[in-house]
Amino acid sequence: MISSAIIPQPLAKLPWRLIFLVLAIACIGLLTLYSAAGASIHPWALKQAIVVLIFLSIALSMSWLKESTIKSAAFPLYVGVFMLLVAVEMLGFVSKGAQRWLELGPIKLQPSEFMKPAIVLVLARFYDLLPPSAIKSWRAIWPAALLLGVPAALIMIQPDMGTALMLILIGASVMFIAGIPWGIFAGGGAALAVAAPLAFAVMHDYQRKRVLIFLNPESDPLGAGYHVTQSKIAIGSGGIFGKGYLNGSQSHLDYLPEGHTDFVFATMVEEWGLIGGVVLIVAFALVIHWGMKVSMNARTRFSQIAAAGLTATIFFYVSINLMMVMGLAPVVGVPLPLVSYGGSAVMTMMLSLGLLMSLERQQRTQSRVLV
Amino acid sequence: MKHQRITPFHQSLTFSRRMMVFGGAQAAIGAALIARLGWLSVAENQHYALLAEDNRVKLILVPPRRGWLVDRHGVPMAINRSDFSVNLIPQQMENPEQTLRELAQLLSLTADDMDRILSDLKQSRGFQPVEVAENIPYEQYAAVTVRLPELPGVQPMRGFSRFYPDGPAVAHLVGYVGTPTSADYDRDKDPLYLTPGFKIGKQGLEKTLEPYLRGTPGAQRIEVTARGKLVKELDPKPDGSGQTVQLTIDAGLQQYAARRMGDNSGAFVAMDVESGDILAFVSMPAFDPNSFSQGIGRTEWKMLSEDDHLPLLNKVAQGLYPSGSTIKPSMALAFLKQGIDPKRTVTCTGSYRYGNHIFHCDKAHGTLAMHDAIKHSCDIFFYDTGLRANPEETSDLVNYMGYGEKFDLPIPSQRYGTMPSPSWIEQKIHRQWQGYDTINMSIGQGYVLINPIQLAVMAARIGSGNLVQPRLLMGSPRKPIPPLAVDPQHLAFVRDAMTAVVNDGGTAAASKLPIDGVLMAGKTGTAQVHKLGADERGGRTAKQWNLRDHALFIGFAPADKPRYAIGCIIEHGGFGASAAAPIVRDTMTYLFDKDKAMAALAPLEQQWGGTLAERNARELEQFKAAARATTA
Repeated sequence: MISSAIIPQPLAKLPWRLIFLVLAIACIGLLTLYSAAGASIHPWALKQAIVVLIFLSIALSMSWLKESTIKSAAFPLYVGVFMLLVAVEMLGFVSKGAQRWLELGPIKLQPSEFMKPAIVLVLARFYDLLPPSAIKSWRAIWPAALLLGVPAALIMIQPDMGTALMLILIGASVMFIAGIPWGIFAGGGAALAVAAPLAFAVMHDYQRKRVLIFLNPESDPLGAGYHVTQSKIAIGSGGIFGKGYLNGSQSHLDYLPEGHTDFVFATMVEEWGLIGGVVLIVAFALVIHWGMKVSMNARTRFSQIAAAGLTATIFFYVSINLMMVMGLAPVVGVPLPLVSYGGSAVMTMMLSLGLLMSLERQQRTQSRVLV
Repeated sequence: MKHQRITPFHQSLTFSRRMMVFGGAQAAIGAALIARLGWLSVAENQHYALLAEDNRVKLILVPPRRGWLVDRHGVPMAINRSDFSVNLIPQQMENPEQTLRELAQLLSLTADDMDRILSDLKQSRGFQPVEVAENIPYEQYAAVTVRLPELPGVQPMRGFSRFYPDGPAVAHLVGYVGTPTSADYDRDKDPLYLTPGFKIGKQGLEKTLEPYLRGTPGAQRIEVTARGKLVKELDPKPDGSGQTVQLTIDAGLQQYAARRMGDNSGAFVAMDVESGDILAFVSMPAFDPNSFSQGIGRTEWKMLSEDDHLPLLNKVAQGLYPSGSTIKPSMALAFLKQGIDPKRTVTCTGSYRYGNHIFHCDKAHGTLAMHDAIKHSCDIFFYDTGLRANPEETSDLVNYMGYGEKFDLPIPSQRYGTMPSPSWIEQKIHRQWQGYDTINMSIGQGYVLINPIQLAVMAARIGSGNLVQPRLLMGSPRKPIPPLAVDPQHLAFVRDAMTAVVNDGGTAAASKLPIDGVLMAGKTGTAQVHKLGADERGGRTAKQWNLRDHALFIGFAPADKPRYAIGCIIEHGGFGASAAAPIVRDTMTYLFDKDKAMAALAPLEQQWGGTLAERNARELEQFKAAARATTA
C-alpha cells in the first residue's frame, strides 16, 4: 500500500510491495529467457512478457473480487474444472494418446492447472462449512479426500505425475492447516510408504526410469539422467558470481536441455551465480511470506484456509522445481512460475496471487469479524 | 472416550499452531534449497566448472612435427617438408554429395578413395576432420582453395610430410613412416592415431626412435554445441616438436657408399675405430623411403617385392653370410694365442686331403708361413694349422672378435648368426665335432654365419686393439672401451699381414689407397654359396648370378694408426678381391680425400648409366611401362 495524495485511491490501495516483487521475479525470468534465446527477445522473452502482463492485469482485477463471491464460486468452479479434466481424459481416450490440454483456438487450456487454485478454494469452502466440532471426525476427512483424490487420480492417469503430486501436496497442506488430526498425516505417510512400491508398479516406463535415475542420476549421465547432470553442471559451474550475463556455456551451447522451461533456474544461476540464485529464492520467499501473512491476518475461516492453500500452491511450485533442478527431487516436469517460459504456470501463479490480493483487500476494508 | 468439544476458539488456536508448523516447514525447505545451491556452486564449483569446460571445449588434435634425424655433422637425414592436403569437417558440410562430387573432380579421386572417404564420414564425430587427400600438388590445392566458398566444410591444409634427402641411400638405416594401422591404434589407444596426416615410424630408426621423434600433439581448441556444431575457435594449444636425434652416421659417406655399390646387392658398414661410431650403414639395393612415407603405389611395391636383389631386406642387420676368408686374421690371432709358431710353414699344393675328402685352395701357393698365408689367403695353411689347434679355444677367440655377437643398437631386428664350436655342435646338432668342421671353420665356411655389422666390428677390433662396440646415436652414453685381451704383439703381427694383403702384393693388391702416406690394411673373403662343379672351379664363377660366391672385404686405415674400419659384402660378387675390395678402397678414400673418391666414382656411374637416383627413377619408369603394357 502506498498512501499519497497524488496517487488515486484505487491505485494506492494495491499491494505495491507484492507487485514489485512479482515484477522483479518476472524480470529475472525475462532476462534469463532473453539470454537463453541467444540474446534475443524471440522466441521466448517477448511472448512471456506479454503473457505476464496479461495475467498480472487479470490478477489485479481479481483483487476487487469480494470474498463472498469467491466463496460462492468455489464449488461451481471446482465442478467446472473437474468436467474439463474429464473432457480432456475423454479426448485422450479418443485420440489414443496422452492428453493434457484442450485446444481452444490459439489457447491451450490445461484444466489440471486450474485445478490447483480450484482445489484450494473448494477445500477451504468445505472446512469453512464444516462445524468446528467435526474437525476430528471422519466427516472432516473423507469428503475432502474424495474432492482431492478423484481429480488427482485423473491427472495422474493423463499422465502428469508432477501436477498430480503437487495437487496432493496442496490438498494435504490445506487439510493440515484446517486442523485435521496429526494422526491422519502419520497414517498417510505410512500409507504412502506402502503405496510407493505399488505406485512404482503402475507407473509408465519413463516415469519409473525418472524415479530410478533420481535415486542415482550419475548411473546414466548421457541417457535419462542427462537433464539433472547437465543442470547440476550449469549451477555448479556458475560459482558464487556466475559466468556473467549472456555467458552461460551450458545453456548457450545447448548442453542444458529445457534451459528455458523447467531448467530455467539452472540457466539463470549459471550466469548469475549463487548470488543470483539466492536473490531469486529470497524473492519467492518474500512472496510466500506475504501470502502467509495474508492467511494469518485473515478474519474468516474461509479466507484463512484459502490464503494458506494458495500460498502453498506457490510454495510447492517453486520448491518442487528448485529441488528437481538441483537434483533433490525426481524430474517431474514442474516449471518455475513466472521465470520458466510457458503460460500455464504464470496463469496459476497469477490466479493464486489475484485471489490472495482480493482476500488481502478484504482484510483492510472489512471490519474484523470476531471469532 | 471423552468427546472434547471444539470451539471456534480452539479452531483458531489450532490454525495458528498449524500455520507455525507449515511456515516452519517452508522456511526449512527454503533454507535447504539455499544450502544445496551453495553446496553446488561453492563447494562443488571446481568439479562442475571442469565438467562445463569439458562440455564446451573440444580438442582437434594437431599432429606434432616429427623430430629430425641428422648425421654426425648435423646434416639432415630425415626432415619434414611442408605439403598440401584436403580435409572435410563433416559438421560444416551443407550438401555432402555435391561437395564430394566436386572434390572428386578437382582432386581426381578414384572410386576407392571415395569409398574410404564415405566410410570415414559415417564414423566421424562431426567436428573431427576426415582426410580427403594428402600430398596433393600445389595446383590442386590452389584449385580447391579458390572454390572454397562453394565448398562448405572443405578444409585445405598445409601440413608436413617426412622427407629423406638421401632417398634409397638411407632407406634401411632410417626406415620410413606411415599411417598407423588399426592394429597400432588397438595397441596404443592414442586418439592422435586417428588424426589425418599423422604418421608413425614403421621401420628402421624411425620405428625404434619413435618415442623421441614423435613430440607432443598440439590441439585446435574449439567451442561446440551439444550437437557438435562449431561456435568459435579458441586459442590453439601449440604442438611440441619431436626431438632431433643425431646419428653417428656420416651422411656423405653413407651416400657415397650407396652410390659406389652400384647395382650390386650387398651391405656396407663403416666404423670409427676409436669410438665405435657407425659412420655408414648401407644395404643395397634399397627402396625409396620417400615413396613409403607418402603411401607407396602398388606398381612400385610390386617392383620392389619381385626384385631378386631383395631391396626390401635390410642386409646389414638381417643378412647372414659365411664370412669366408675374412675370418683368417681372427684365426691367426687364435693360433698365435694357442702358441702356434708364426714361422711354422705349410706347403700348399692346391689340394688337401683330410680323411677321404679332398679340400681345395684357389691355387698352389707353395710353402708359406702365417704372414704369407694371410697375405695370399691360403686355405690349406689354415686347414692344416686349424687341425693342430684346439677348436673350442679357436672358436672362443673368433667369437671374442665379434662373431655371433648381438650389439646394442636401435635397429628393429638383428640377426647375429653362428660361430660353431665343439660344444655348440653337440648342443645344436647333437653330434661330435669332426676334423672337417675345423677345416670349414678355419676358412669361415660351414656353420659360420655373420652379419655385416660383425664384419665391420671385427675389423675395428683388430685395427684398434680395443673391444669396440658399435654405436648409432651420438647422444647415447659413451662407455669406456677396454683393450682386447689379446697379446699386442700378436695383433701387430696380424695387422702387418693385413697391410701386406693390400700393399705388398697380396690378394687385394689392386685396392691400394690412392693417397700418399695412408695405407689400408684388409682381408678379402670369398664365401661359397654353391658347391662348384668341376667346370666352374677354374674361374670360381658360377653360371647363374644367385649361385656365385659372395665377395667380402674387411679393412681399416691408416694401417699404422687405424681410424676407420669397414666391412663390406657384395652378394654373389664373385672373388672378394674383385668386387668388395675396390668398394672399400674408394669409400676409404672418401674418408681421407673426398675429391679423389668422387673422381673415382664418376666414370663408374657413367658406365652404369647415371647416378643412383637416375637409375632408380629409370628402373621404376620401365617397370611402370611394362605394367601398363601387360594390363593394356
